[in-house]
Amino acid sequence: MMKATRGSLLGIEHLEAGEILKILTLARRMNPQKPQTLLRGKKVLLLFYEASTRTRSSFEIAAKSLGAMTTLVLSSGSSIEKGESLLDTGYTLRGVGADVIVMRHPHAGAPHLMAQHLDIPVINAGDGMHEHPSQALLDAYTILRRKKTFKGLQIAIVGDIYHSRVARSNIHLLSKFGAKITLAGPPELLPETAATLAPGLHIVRTAEEAVRGADVVMVLRVQKERLAGMKISLQDYIARYQITLQRLKLAKKDALLMHPGPIIRGLELTWEVADCPQSMIVEEVRNGVIVRMAILARALGKAK
Amino acid sequence: MKDRKENHSLLIKNGRVIDPAAKIDALLDVLLRDGQVAEVAPPGKTRGTAHEKIEARGLVVAPGFLDIHVHLREPGQSYKESVASGTAAAAAGGFTSVCCMPNTQPVVDSADWVTWLQQPERGAVVNVFPIAAATKASKGGTLTDFRSLQRAGAVAITDDGKPILGDDIMRDALRLASEINLPVIQHAEDTRMTEHCSMNEGPTSFRLGLHGMKTIAEASVVERDVQLATQFAGARLHVAHLSTADALKAVRKGKRSKAHITCEVTPHHFTLTDADIRDYDANFKMNPPLRSQADREAMLAGLADGSIDAIATDHAPHAPQEKIIEFERAAFGITGLETAIGLSISQLHLGHKIPLPRIVELFTAGPARVIGLRGRGTLVRGSHADVTIFDPKKRWTYDASKSRSRSHNSPFDGWAMTGKVVATIVGGRVVYRGD
Repeated sequence: MMKATRGSLLGIEHLEAGEILKILTLARRMNPQKPQTLLRGKKVLLLFYEASTRTRSSFEIAAKSLGAMTTLVLSSGSSIEKGESLLDTGYTLRGVGADVIVMRHPHAGAPHLMAQHLDIPVINAGDGMHEHPSQALLDAYTILRRKKTFKGLQIAIVGDIYHSRVARSNIHLLSKFGAKITLAGPPELLPETAATLAPGLHIVRTAEEAVRGADVVMVLRVQKERLAGMKISLQDYIARYQITLQRLKLAKKDALLMHPGPIIRGLELTWEVADCPQSMIVEEVRNGVIVRMAILARALGKAK
Repeated sequence: MKDRKENHSLLIKNGRVIDPAAKIDALLDVLLRDGQVAEVAPPGKTRGTAHEKIEARGLVVAPGFLDIHVHLREPGQSYKESVASGTAAAAAGGFTSVCCMPNTQPVVDSADWVTWLQQPERGAVVNVFPIAAATKASKGGTLTDFRSLQRAGAVAITDDGKPILGDDIMRDALRLASEINLPVIQHAEDTRMTEHCSMNEGPTSFRLGLHGMKTIAEASVVERDVQLATQFAGARLHVAHLSTADALKAVRKGKRSKAHITCEVTPHHFTLTDADIRDYDANFKMNPPLRSQADREAMLAGLADGSIDAIATDHAPHAPQEKIIEFERAAFGITGLETAIGLSISQLHLGHKIPLPRIVELFTAGPARVIGLRGRGTLVRGSHADVTIFDPKKRWTYDASKSRSRSHNSPFDGWAMTGKVVATIVGGRVVYRGD
């Protein structure tokens, strides 16, 4: 396995189940309403090569709630624009005193490269189409608050799986704990190869088949431009895969409706679905801060 | 290199001489004199004396290896490699001749650059045979002047790195080249299907979140080229770095026709698969990419049964700033000259029971036939005194940091392998001596 500083979080795939549970347990003890000094004096560098609302603000608030200092570096308006390489940017941030780097990058594997060359923990806040581990952890946390266990849960993941780092991380995480996962989407956005990602994955081509009897319905964002680029008609997509109240009724009564955001109402889900009582969309965001507090505490060796 | 050294002779004694072109596999002495093979005779039976002797007991004495697919990066990119450094690496890998690719800066699309590459000032340690661009600046628009390129010393034409996609221009290239018996080498990739791709399409690309190249992007171009080549008597189509089972199928079909269709496979494509790409290490990124296990097995079968003509390295040196970066942004290509024979013996001979003479053929008679290099790839009397002596049993570990190449971008760094070059002889002179 690759070399990365202890406390790094690069992906879910190679994380052991025990380690995942540890983070989730630690998260239960975190409370952003009661500021702590656990990470006082620590410098958390937020390095974002891509736009982000939730993840960025969530990591920043998580760090500050633990008493850490944060600095945000965006690719635009920094030396990255002048052609500085990823590693040189990393060495620079290390030089100014970063204790941990939280990074989002459009290229898969960028955090891995960084982690291999730096002596501080690197937290992957989303790398290309690869993984988004903090999102999977906060989704797991959200599910566990409502369901006793992952084992045997029926999970439906609907939408653009191919381009989704959230889907990959969630599939890895939930399958480690014995959930039964069904993926739904058109072949262009959900190739048959997706079934090889974890054992026991099912692929279906209608939303109904995936949602029927589900305990959790995860909806993924679908980009209009992508549909157009792949010559998928928007109407067809909506007709087949949009999550409506009617379709959601096929799921178990107490099913959770989840979405990593940003949501596009009227595309992958209807307006009503986004705001229905089963919707966890806002709670996911709230839990995101808690879980990221745990991730940062673990990264800096304060996971006691 | 090609000027004959007068009054010099070298006797290689007691080696196992494997010369597939001459169907020889026996314990023999080889006497080299004045740049030529003077005699091959049973031990102690050569006539005349030699200035220098090499004891080759327990070693294989083979015709000098030819690598028909090498990027020497000159002109213009000597920060990656030069003719001098690249041929030094070739010598260390047992290659006595290399054919260098024209995708340099500028592109080798004129007789002047072909001549320049062969000048003594370049400092070549082994024979260098330039391959010239098929189209001006390899842009796929206008064909280059094949006749003048050939007169200057070009041994084939290609737009390697890029495919010749247009049907008409490929047809014209094959037709014009057939008139002067020049091979057309194709980098078979329909780039319209591989945009943004950095590896092979399959479970691993899905898992890593990388866009994958479909095998059809290679196979469809090979199928079309084979069809075009059969239209002209004497056309010679050579498929570079073939990597997919489907493309090999097309080559096999082509070989059954009258056309002269050949292909090469690289050591990395018969050694590794896309599942070996770990931790986004760009030293596992090349084009064509590492393929599936089924494709790899097809390559192994083709190497064994004779449908693949040559092993070629596609030695593609790159500087660290082009490789130690984000996988998707990193340059395609890996070095390969120094690891080719070790991987071939380890994988093909020890791993898959392919006899040594067949492996030697893939490094000698095979590539010589593809390019049409006379008097090379064999040790028959009168051929060039190019000889590779190797120890098929020697175990060693490759250390890329000690490479003679200017670049170190090898996925085989730290690999233990069996089979090592003991001496490389070019024109009767020892240019490399292994430990």
